[in-house]
Amino acid sequence: MSQIELTADQMVNTAGAGQVAPAQSSDQTILTAAEAAQARKNERRRKTVACLFVTPLLLFVLIAFIAPIGTMLYRSVYHPTVSQLIPDTLQSLSGWDDSTGIRPEDAVLNIFSLELQRLAKERKAGKLAEEINRARPGSSSLIKSTARKLKKIDRNELATGGADQLLALKPQWQEVELWRVIKRSGAPFTDKFYLTALDLSRDKAGDIVPRDTRIYLQLYWKSLKIALLITVLTAIIGFPLSYYLANAPAKTANTLMVFVLLPFWTSLLVRTTSWIALLQTNGVVNSFLQWTHIITEPIEMLYTQFSTVIAMTHILLPFMILPLYSVMKGIDPSYFRAALSLGAKPIPAFIRIYMPMTLPGISAGALLVFIISIGYYITPALVGGTDGQMISNIIAFHMQSSNNWELAAALGSLLLGLIMLLYWVYDRTVGVSNIKLG
Amino acid sequence: MKKLKKMGVAIALSTLMAPALADQMTVVSFGGAYGAAQQKHMLDPFMKETGHKILFENYSGGIAEIKAQVESGNILWDVVDVEVIDLERACSEGLLEVFPQDTLPAGDNGTAAKDDFGAEALANECGVGNIIWTILFSYNNETIQGGKPSRVADFFDTKTFPGKRALRKRPQVNMEWALIADGVPVDQVYDKLATEEGQKRAFAKLDTIKKDLVWFDSWSQAPQLLNDGGAVMVQSANGRIFDAIQKDNKPFEMVWDAHVYDLDVWAIVKGSKKKALAEEFIRFATSSKPEAGMQDVAYGPTRQSSYAYVDKNVIPKLPSAHLDKGLKASGEFWADYGESLGEKFNEWLLQ
Amino acid sequence: MNFPKYFTIWQKLGMHSLRLTAWLVLVFLMLPILVIIPLSFNAEPYFTFTQGMLALDPDAYSLKWYEEIINDDKWILAIKNSFYIGLCATVLATVLGTLAAIGLSNPVMPLQRMIMAMLLSPMIVPLIITAAGMYFFYTQLGLAGTYLGVIIAHAALGTPFVIITVNAALSGFDYSLMRASLGLGATPIQTFFKVIMPLIRPGVISGALFAFVTSFDEVVVILFMAGPEQRTIPRQMFSGLREQINPTILAVAVLLVVISALMLMTIEYLRARGERIRSGEI
Repeated sequence: MSQIELTADQMVNTAGAGQVAPAQSSDQTILTAAEAAQARKNERRRKTVACLFVTPLLLFVLIAFIAPIGTMLYRSVYHPTVSQLIPDTLQSLSGWDDSTGIRPEDAVLNIFSLELQRLAKERKAGKLAEEINRARPGSSSLIKSTARKLKKIDRNELATGGADQLLALKPQWQEVELWRVIKRSGAPFTDKFYLTALDLSRDKAGDIVPRDTRIYLQLYWKSLKIALLITVLTAIIGFPLSYYLANAPAKTANTLMVFVLLPFWTSLLVRTTSWIALLQTNGVVNSFLQWTHIITEPIEMLYTQFSTVIAMTHILLPFMILPLYSVMKGIDPSYFRAALSLGAKPIPAFIRIYMPMTLPGISAGALLVFIISIGYYITPALVGGTDGQMISNIIAFHMQSSNNWELAAALGSLLLGLIMLLYWVYDRTVGVSNIKLG
Repeated sequence: MKKLKKMGVAIALSTLMAPALADQMTVVSFGGAYGAAQQKHMLDPFMKETGHKILFENYSGGIAEIKAQVESGNILWDVVDVEVIDLERACSEGLLEVFPQDTLPAGDNGTAAKDDFGAEALANECGVGNIIWTILFSYNNETIQGGKPSRVADFFDTKTFPGKRALRKRPQVNMEWALIADGVPVDQVYDKLATEEGQKRAFAKLDTIKKDLVWFDSWSQAPQLLNDGGAVMVQSANGRIFDAIQKDNKPFEMVWDAHVYDLDVWAIVKGSKKKALAEEFIRFATSSKPEAGMQDVAYGPTRQSSYAYVDKNVIPKLPSAHLDKGLKASGEFWADYGESLGEKFNEWLLQ
Repeated sequence: MNFPKYFTIWQKLGMHSLRLTAWLVLVFLMLPILVIIPLSFNAEPYFTFTQGMLALDPDAYSLKWYEEIINDDKWILAIKNSFYIGLCATVLATVLGTLAAIGLSNPVMPLQRMIMAMLLSPMIVPLIITAAGMYFFYTQLGLAGTYLGVIIAHAALGTPFVIITVNAALSGFDYSLMRASLGLGATPIQTFFKVIMPLIRPGVISGALFAFVTSFDEVVVILFMAGPEQRTIPRQMFSGLREQINPTILAVAVLLVVISALMLMTIEYLRARGERIRSGEI
């Protein structure tokens, strides 16, 4: 998505960060107090002007970008839906000890029946049903059918005999587990989404235990593995080309560079489309292989992990080549030649003399490719099939299909934490201000 | 350079300005051949008759997008084609407007609406039945090996019928079929699926063909997979296969054993700014003649009076002619277990 | 490649295989983009070469998928939307980004490193997270499903690129010029337009191009936030690829490749020019 070229030669500090203010060096003479005050005033004024230039964007990014992510983080721990739907029930439940194995008293059930009736009339019973059902599958129909029937019963009757009505309609209202779930769902601040995101849950006693269904850790792990594989592949594929370009005559290098930059500038949807055309069952690659009689039956390539990896390697390759190339260009070839002419064998010389000098480029490219690929969404969604899905895809699933926004937020926060850590490492080692474009 | 810039801006503002829209509403449905039939028989005649404009959008079902719009108060859609499997949930969560069913027009033969529509079509106060459709499996006569599949069990029999099978990537219908193929009688499927061992049994059955499964996300992919050799048998909405056979003369065959049928309804998103217009559209779209137009994709009309307009040759191909072999999709079951089975299904996919 | 005389045969062989590998990688980079060009002229509705195409039969080629774009209201709306949203987001991102880059490159700016990291973060945060967060937040403000909302979101994503390019253009900037201009009585606004702007113009323009491409290519935020009226080209392609694969998408893809090639040429021209400006040739 983002087109970044990186000149990671830390040896030459290119960006504005390292400039020394000329004012400091020239003033050797002793200043009078008034002059010093004036100088300080000037300094302050220049500071203010600089800040004024930055402020509009800072505010814009804060409101348009940072605040949205902040609200998402907040959503992953704050979930007041149930507490807003049945406040009185939760209030009366607060006195109930859920470890005794006895269901709450009739008075609590009376209050609940009144609130459920109100919800039914306001057409909100389904919301409560969904929330409770999430913690205890099967509760949805129980709550909704009870709510439907409660609608017809007189309010005054419920105020005193709601408990009996509930139990008469559905015996499940007797169950302690159900009330425990209702009580727990009522807490507006919760860690349950983070627990779920880490494949954990709380047992009856409230202790953290592994969850029966385990998805998310596997997916994180798989995303890490895919991202790492892509990073390694881009490095292996990118290295020889960068080396060739860096050592070719300037004119050849500039011409060939177009072949790296054009894919880089091309929409990633276009590139993903191309891979679909290439890899599908009757696609170009299969047709070619069949035509040349290398295979007789088409191979399944699209909608697999293989297609995700190859398409993403293609898309992210320029992010590796560009920083590598610019570092290699800065390496003086005479070191390597000197080693050779002093009798070193070419391959060990290459590994021991040349490779270490390219490390800044490899590390810059690798970090960038890794950061981008770990959170990739579009390409796995389009060519990944089932086993090519990554963590971003499950976040999108919970946003768009299962409506579990809080879980999506928790999963996203964990991913964000990982990316921020890598970004911090990147800033420490490469420096964000050393990123250069085009 | 400066002149060029000014010109660029001027062009941008004059010609690329997003069109200012007059009275217009957004109708959302499932696209593909079905969407084309709705466009032809419901949307186009309505636009022609009333002069209003309709933006016709596609989605792939579920209530997530409606929910997002209602909860945020940012209503983008007006009328939605909702599967009954989702309708109960959407209505009870307050995501849909109540539709005044007493304003529905009588059938073309004079039958009052409440007698003309099938009971299920008006069972929910939030929508009006639009079609009866079904999910079945289909095979390609040219690629199938080992005979002609005729039962759901054959879909799971990779020994007799080798080759890839395609299913839609969700637990719905797949779980039902797995149990039926494993020998559970059709009328006990949902009771069994509500139990832990029933679910395990279904996954175990799916496990037996897991390596031969191809997954897709949208119904329109089903006939494509069957056509380009991606699979020899596919799960599909019956209309997509019917359309491919009818229009493109594809050598596809439909298997009606244990098909899982359901209704679609037209419903209005809660808080729609075009509520009156939306109601007008639904009244029009569910009247006798537009309903009958859904025969183009072999989806059955929900009102009796429409059958007068349905081609006699098509009637045996409508789901209504095969209800005895079918299973009615349970909205209640999937409201209860959709999410937990969805998670287990995702976990199973990852294994 | 010319080899030094002392190269052994093995070294020469090594260099040849290096060249071969490099060319293979270039083919890997370019082939997927080139292959869609002939495919978009396929007369059949498939994503693959037909027998007729391989035999260069003119009847196997057709312009019908291009005609289909022109005749489809949805694609036309998407094209208009892409340019409209892209241009508006570019203007916003370029103005804000340029100002910020000027402020940030001033050595007296406090907290420079931290602010820089923060302002560049939209480039690093995965789009799915950005989109999810924006979705929650923008709907509360009533901005989701509006042009304004999408433009603001895209502008936020585009600003890092403007900062980076303008920052690079400013890297050789001598601040005494600015002080001299102010000292000689020019107003700050005059100083900005007469002294700073001419020097950073190539950086600003290439930053603007990057911001435009960012918006023009963006689909995740659109998927989450935009309404039916704000469908853009990538959004239309995404749903096309998910639902009904059809060579119209290839035709659109070819048009997009042409646009990217034009932008690449502009960028390269500007960079060459920028280098000459900085080295004092102009």
